[in-house]
Amino acid sequence: MNPVESATGEKVLEAEGESALRERLESICKGVRWDVVRMIGLAGSGHPGGSLSCVEILVCLYFYKMRHRPSEPHWPERDRFVLSKGHAAPTLYSVLARAGYFPRDELWRLRRLGSMLQGHPDMKRTPGVEISTGSLGQGLSAACGMALGLRIQNNPARVYALIGDGESQEGGIWEAAMLAGHHRLSNLVAFLDHNSLQIDGPCCEVVSLGDIPAKWRSFGWEVYEVDGHDVVEICRTLDLTDRASGPTMIVAHTVKGKGVSFMENAVDFHGKAPTPEEMEKALREIEES
Amino acid sequence: MIPDKGSRHTRDAYAEALLELGEKDHRIVVMDADLAKSTQTEKFKERFPDRFIDCGVAEQNLMATAAGLATTGKIVFASSFAMFATGRAYDQVRNTIAYSSLNVKICATHGGVTVGEDGSSHQALEDVALMRLIPGMRVVVPADYYEAREAVKTAAYVEGPFYIRLGRPKFPVLFDDDYRFQLGKAVLMRPGRDVTILACGIMVYNSLVAAEILSREGIEAEVYNVHTIKPLDEETILASAAKTGRVITCEDHSILGGLGGAVAELLSEKLPLPLQRVGIRDQFGVSGGVEELMEHFGLTPGHVAEVARSMMRGST
Repeated sequence: MNPVESATGEKVLEAEGESALRERLESICKGVRWDVVRMIGLAGSGHPGGSLSCVEILVCLYFYKMRHRPSEPHWPERDRFVLSKGHAAPTLYSVLARAGYFPRDELWRLRRLGSMLQGHPDMKRTPGVEISTGSLGQGLSAACGMALGLRIQNNPARVYALIGDGESQEGGIWEAAMLAGHHRLSNLVAFLDHNSLQIDGPCCEVVSLGDIPAKWRSFGWEVYEVDGHDVVEICRTLDLTDRASGPTMIVAHTVKGKGVSFMENAVDFHGKAPTPEEMEKALREIEES
Repeated sequence: MIPDKGSRHTRDAYAEALLELGEKDHRIVVMDADLAKSTQTEKFKERFPDRFIDCGVAEQNLMATAAGLATTGKIVFASSFAMFATGRAYDQVRNTIAYSSLNVKICATHGGVTVGEDGSSHQALEDVALMRLIPGMRVVVPADYYEAREAVKTAAYVEGPFYIRLGRPKFPVLFDDDYRFQLGKAVLMRPGRDVTILACGIMVYNSLVAAEILSREGIEAEVYNVHTIKPLDEETILASAAKTGRVITCEDHSILGGLGGAVAELLSEKLPLPLQRVGIRDQFGVSGGVEELMEHFGLTPGHVAEVARSMMRGST
């Protein structure tokens, strides 16, 4: 089944069946993880930890939920995705390539001079990237702007965004949270990739995020909590957001570095590329999983 | 004599232009950050409430949200005071708006020491410099009501980001209702042979008054209104400088990085000549009345004339 442009949501899940859906999406996730490790390994720099933690979220969006046309990236009715935590760019690039926005060969030129794949997402260079991000705390505001713009023109498209937990320390996140709550932006759904680690250590040791669901609820958002590596749970939750009366936050509990044993929960792999040996080891591990 | 056409607020011109644009183009969306009464975007809000978004006191969010709106095909005007639009939200303007050449027109009011009594925290003296540093940003500092109105209308239909700097006080009116604004083209306000005065914003009027004073002493100053700081009208500036051999820049802004900075860069590379920059001399602002502050920071016509005299004497 080609999910792209199909009737989304429950109909797909119903037609495909839960186990077939799980099998299909998990197989894509495995491929994306392989891509991510290889891209960063070949580039010699990048952010593997936070790229691996959000694989299922992006795969569920692009291969289950979102209405989009890889052959027509500027189709006005497309659903939008904003990667506010722009350092997870490798995951976005792999997903875009696998959806058909550009050839997968491009992936191996990540971060090289002249590549369409910059270190952080660049809407002018990469088909399918909706807005350039990288400086944290700005993508959610941009997503609010998209949701407001779509609402003004009665465009039924929906806007999805992904923020990080370290990123949630940026004040701009909460400015956006307040604006979206005030305007009851029911066409906006954000995920929090809650992997609990940031560059300087565990978030709770750097600056605690407190009661995250309560914070978002108090800003007027509907809040769900999911296992961020369970594709069926993510899809079912995404379907619930179609009927939201305001903005939705899905707090996805994830594992930083997920899928590569020596990267899981390893603070160092936030912004460190694997060595060539580590890369081979990680790729084998993913292939055998 | 400079004809007396009264004085008007450049921010009223902004409001008038927005109403005209909003009437004929549904893509126009206006945003503010709790200063709609001061920036005058309130008038657009009253007429087109569905296309006005107040972000509250959150300038960072204002700019990044404006960027997102622009991706949906809107022509977005985003307003606040110059201090907060450029300083508070610099990262958002640089990385989310300008890096992707998004169609956001930042129209900031209350630029310069002429903000007056509110003092240093509200007197943006570096805003033009900050915006000028960003690749692809167009920077315009209108000299009067009509120029502000036409610059705003022009910005709406030139694709990509703009920074338009408006003032708090009324500016003397220099032009008429039929004024045509040309982006990137300096306007000759008064021909002369002895010294070139390049001015923007409220300093265009002060420079014209200075030129009158000088004329009575036999010094003929050539005065240009350099409303577009970026892209700078290099050709016109170099031609006038080559003719007079002396250049003075005048702005209600730091002498670093704004019009004076831009002209210094140009002349030192292409036509090294004596240059004096009138403006705020690497200082913070201070509370006071507008006239008092102009005197305090050396922005008066008398001061501009004195700078020209000393250049003529060759003492600077």
